[in-house]
Amino acid sequence: MGEQLYQRDVYGETLVKLGSLDKNIVVLDADLSSSTRTNLFAKEFPDRFFNFGVAEQNMMAAAAGFASCGKTVFLSTFAVFAAGRAWDQVRVSISYNNFNVKIVATHAGITVGPDGASHQALEDIALMRALPNMNIIVPGDGPQTKEAIMAAAHNPGPFYIRLGRSKVPTIEYKGEFEFGRAQLLVSGDDATIVACGMMVVQALEAVKKLAAKGVKARLINLHTIRPIDREIILKAARETKLIVACEEHNIFGGLASSIDEVVAENFPVKVIRVGVHNRFGQSGEPDELLKEYNLTSLDIENAVLSQISLK
Amino acid sequence: MVSKQLTIPELETQARQVRRSIIQMLAQAGSGHPGGSLSAADLVTALYANVLRFNPADPQWPDRDRFHMSKGHACPLWYAVLAQSGYFEKEKLLTLRKFGSILQGHPDRKTPGVESASGSLGQGLSIALGMSLAARVDKKDYRVYCLLGDGEVQEGSVWEAAMACAHFSCSNLCAILDFNGCQIDGRCEDIMGLEPLAAKWQAFGWQVIQINGHSMQEILDAYALAKTIKNKPTIIIARTVKGKGVSFMEGVVGFHGRAPTQEEAQRALKELS
Repeated sequence: MGEQLYQRDVYGETLVKLGSLDKNIVVLDADLSSSTRTNLFAKEFPDRFFNFGVAEQNMMAAAAGFASCGKTVFLSTFAVFAAGRAWDQVRVSISYNNFNVKIVATHAGITVGPDGASHQALEDIALMRALPNMNIIVPGDGPQTKEAIMAAAHNPGPFYIRLGRSKVPTIEYKGEFEFGRAQLLVSGDDATIVACGMMVVQALEAVKKLAAKGVKARLINLHTIRPIDREIILKAARETKLIVACEEHNIFGGLASSIDEVVAENFPVKVIRVGVHNRFGQSGEPDELLKEYNLTSLDIENAVLSQISLK
Repeated sequence: MVSKQLTIPELETQARQVRRSIIQMLAQAGSGHPGGSLSAADLVTALYANVLRFNPADPQWPDRDRFHMSKGHACPLWYAVLAQSGYFEKEKLLTLRKFGSILQGHPDRKTPGVESASGSLGQGLSIALGMSLAARVDKKDYRVYCLLGDGEVQEGSVWEAAMACAHFSCSNLCAILDFNGCQIDGRCEDIMGLEPLAAKWQAFGWQVIQINGHSMQEILDAYALAKTIKNKPTIIIARTVKGKGVSFMEGVVGFHGRAPTQEEAQRALKELS
């Protein structure tokens, strides 16, 4: 594990770099620019930054207006508001139009912590995944956040990029980031663990503990939820016959559901879901909440072990 | 592209032709929204004929003025005017709402001249705001026009946009409110009162121009005045009659979202001849 970084810091810094390379980029925010870190862009390029105040619906449809005039739009707010509050605007004005609007939603998931359930987006991937044209990336750490933002900038169409609030350790990768191609982080044939976002780190720890117990688990970082890498999932299904899907999201409609859909139609295997089981969140420190909602490396390890024993 | 300015009688003739097209399209489609298409027909006809800068041969011309129909259900009007303006052949109008048509039941970018989808009310003014600010970023002098319905302004997001258009001093933006007083379930004043409408927009920081939306002279004067307003957006609140031009549709709430039968269409076309 490398240094601990805030994904949103990396996002803000990347926006500044992009802003100097590409004059066509505009950035919007809804009164959260110091939290989402779009304030870094605002400082450098005040003429291309617009703060919409506490009005996410207006911001979202205005983004479509910018995009209709050829602009590449990055916009940010918390994930609960981006995906929930302004969903109809995302649907009709952005997704249906297939416009170049890149929604970078921060503070997703249970690790938002003390702010509690209203602010912990556990449904946003499901909401975005239901929309045609929408590309979805959940980067696993700081450096991958930069790669996700660059991918969104360089590929046409709408994107939803999901970032967390807390610092995450940098994972030392073996492979390059490629949009739409999942990363094989650890090889193994006894079981496959698929994770995204901050759960990749938890999964990596689980893989190490499993290895110490003689279980060779494969680990896949499914950073791109849409378009999904069917090939790597089906290969894992065929070769390991067991998938454990890990996400900081409700078990409905997110990463696990994406995997379910791929395997169910092609090569049905058991998919065990390590996610939030149909509950709202609550206040607490991220570590306490990960324990309470069974999202720790131990939970992943146990999910694998309990299934291996049944094999 | 600068087109010839039409005289008032010529505009009136053109608007009558547009209304005929609306009736024909809707009768052929068997569904759709005549009331709000007919009420805004004079406003949109005059806008395309004498005000907007555009080139139908190059719909993406970067310097074009933008028009967005936020009350998307009135798209038969938009399509009739786009055909009239040369964006596509008039024969296509009769494919409205049919499978595979470029003329969808609510606006879609498949249609040449349509900048953005609409149909879910309350989003269009925000889209117009984005267009207006894009002009600022790109240092372009095009103007942005947006047609709103009166029932539509019951959507809260309209007021988010209204606040922002004034905050950003969007003087290149002109909203047009088709104030026909009716919505699906009845009269606006009974369903969810809008008044004092002009005072509301004024309080939000807009220049308000109130006109009779069926007087071509007042319409042209309002568009001309809007261009001169500095440092704030303009809204033209146009008093109109739902179903205007067809006696048995005028002010009849039921024709908000019901197409005329073939027999009704024949009677309507006779009145519009």
